[in-house]
Amino acid sequence: MAIEHADVLRAAHLARVGLSEDEATGYVDDLSRILKMVDQLQAVDTQDITPLAHPLDATQRLRPDEVTEHSQRERFQACAPAVTDGLYLVPRVVE
Amino acid sequence: MMQWETVIGLEVHVQLATQSKIFSGASTAFGAEPNTQACAVDLGMPGVLPVLNENAVAMAVKFGLAVDAEIPETSLFERKNYFYPDLPKGYQTSQMAQPIVGPGKVEITLDDGSTRSVRIHHAHLEEDAGKSLHEDYHGMTGIDLNRAGTPLLEIVSEPDMRSAKEAVAYIKALHAIVTYLGISDGNMAEGSMRCDVNVSVRPKGQAAFGTRAEIKNVNSFRFVEKAIAFEVERQIELIEDGGQVVQETRLFDPERDETRGMRTKEEANDYRYFPCPDLLPVTLDGAYVDHQRALMPELPSEKRHRFENQLGLSAYDAGVLASSRAMAEYFEAVKDVCGDAKQAANWVQGELSANLNRENLEIGDSPVTAEQLGGLIQRVMDDTISGKAAKQVFQALWDGEADSADAIIEARGLKQVTDTGAIEGMIDQVIADSPVQVAQYREADEAKRGKMIGYFVGQVMKASRGTANPQQVNSLLKQKLDQA
Repeated sequence: MAIEHADVLRAAHLARVGLSEDEATGYVDDLSRILKMVDQLQAVDTQDITPLAHPLDATQRLRPDEVTEHSQRERFQACAPAVTDGLYLVPRVVE
Repeated sequence: MMQWETVIGLEVHVQLATQSKIFSGASTAFGAEPNTQACAVDLGMPGVLPVLNENAVAMAVKFGLAVDAEIPETSLFERKNYFYPDLPKGYQTSQMAQPIVGPGKVEITLDDGSTRSVRIHHAHLEEDAGKSLHEDYHGMTGIDLNRAGTPLLEIVSEPDMRSAKEAVAYIKALHAIVTYLGISDGNMAEGSMRCDVNVSVRPKGQAAFGTRAEIKNVNSFRFVEKAIAFEVERQIELIEDGGQVVQETRLFDPERDETRGMRTKEEANDYRYFPCPDLLPVTLDGAYVDHQRALMPELPSEKRHRFENQLGLSAYDAGVLASSRAMAEYFEAVKDVCGDAKQAANWVQGELSANLNRENLEIGDSPVTAEQLGGLIQRVMDDTISGKAAKQVFQALWDGEADSADAIIEARGLKQVTDTGAIEGMIDQVIADSPVQVAQYREADEAKRGKMIGYFVGQVMKASRGTANPQQVNSLLKQKLDQA
């Protein structure tokens, strides 16, 4: 599978990562090499193998349905750039 | 003229009634001060780890069992990646490839009492996002993350519905199931049940589906019906005018009863799902599933069938009474006290429902308890009071005049007079006081007499202040008037 300049820019946009044209060109080479390795893996016959969901052979632990956390709003909001009336403020979102 | 068929599929998000969030110990209570119920896990602070709420799992499994679904032994959480300010982590923890509830089916009841089945594609657990407040905060948007991390069960149907009415019946059926199970309060106004509606049209007889539009966040039974009606008409007009439906997301505007396309983004959403490395696979064995099954109450469709087949109610009555758990439990309590299902059904659906509707009350808030209503019906059935007096007694119970029907009957002297001697005395008096009417009656033929007797019955009932047994009055009067 070949990756092109436009694919890199699209992936960067989805991840909200800013890339210059030069950087993007560099990533085309890097990502192409990674995909080449993936192609190599694709060649292995995995017909009878169940996909692995998690590298640990363990089951999710469940917690009891109890309220254990209480408001720490002031502490959490101390590092927010803008708050008002207990709300976090962000640049205007228009639907 | 082309005949069109509507095809509808629904995604219903049900907010689960847990105390704490799906992956954290923060409270899910509604209406708290902004951001006082958003903890470090909900905010996606560095270094935190989600731990799954056992109650959210149990609730999802119960729902699955209620819709005859498979409960797979293993289910997985994945990350659905997108950026929005009310999604602090930059992804929503959700399920995709291996959801907790597999394919199932729901029985829906239409207005005419007929039933049909709608297939469930799957249901999965996920977390809710926070809320964006678009009022003007110095030109910025306010974010309240209290709702972030609230557990949701997303129930995805197959495109099995063919009209707005069927879609509404389906949502009502889901609403009844989740409230019966007690896994959600089902409060649509507070957003505990939210629907995305997928609508398309196709020429009748065509097998392939048309292009669908998705209407987001339709939050009442009525809006679902209106949004679909508008959308179907829009799509048919568009096609008949030579246009094409584009696959897009639309919003329903309840003030104008119309749907509008949201600003189309140049590129389709690309959520790049991948398994969440912070959460291990969830394993549920047969014993766990059986345990949850044992904890389930009788479900609406089971209740409806029992009301119809064992209690002898009509399909319509059974459907209405089983529609909510509170209504069904009230009805059964009334029936147990008075011992007659049909009478109990009539009173609950008649006098009681009329009063509740008029004062906009839920059955749980009824000032007349099931025991009181059952006691009242007993007095009608054993002929202590007439049907007319019973309505008076009901109103007095409603107004809180006394705490039992018997006390009101006693206080108001409503006990029906069934003593023949007493009634005869009143009849003799009325006959003596009405010589003109008696003469007219006796001259009249049988057909006219039938109508004329009403006058005398009325006079006797008046004399008895409504307490004489009307059937007895009628037959005794007839005897006496016809004698001479």
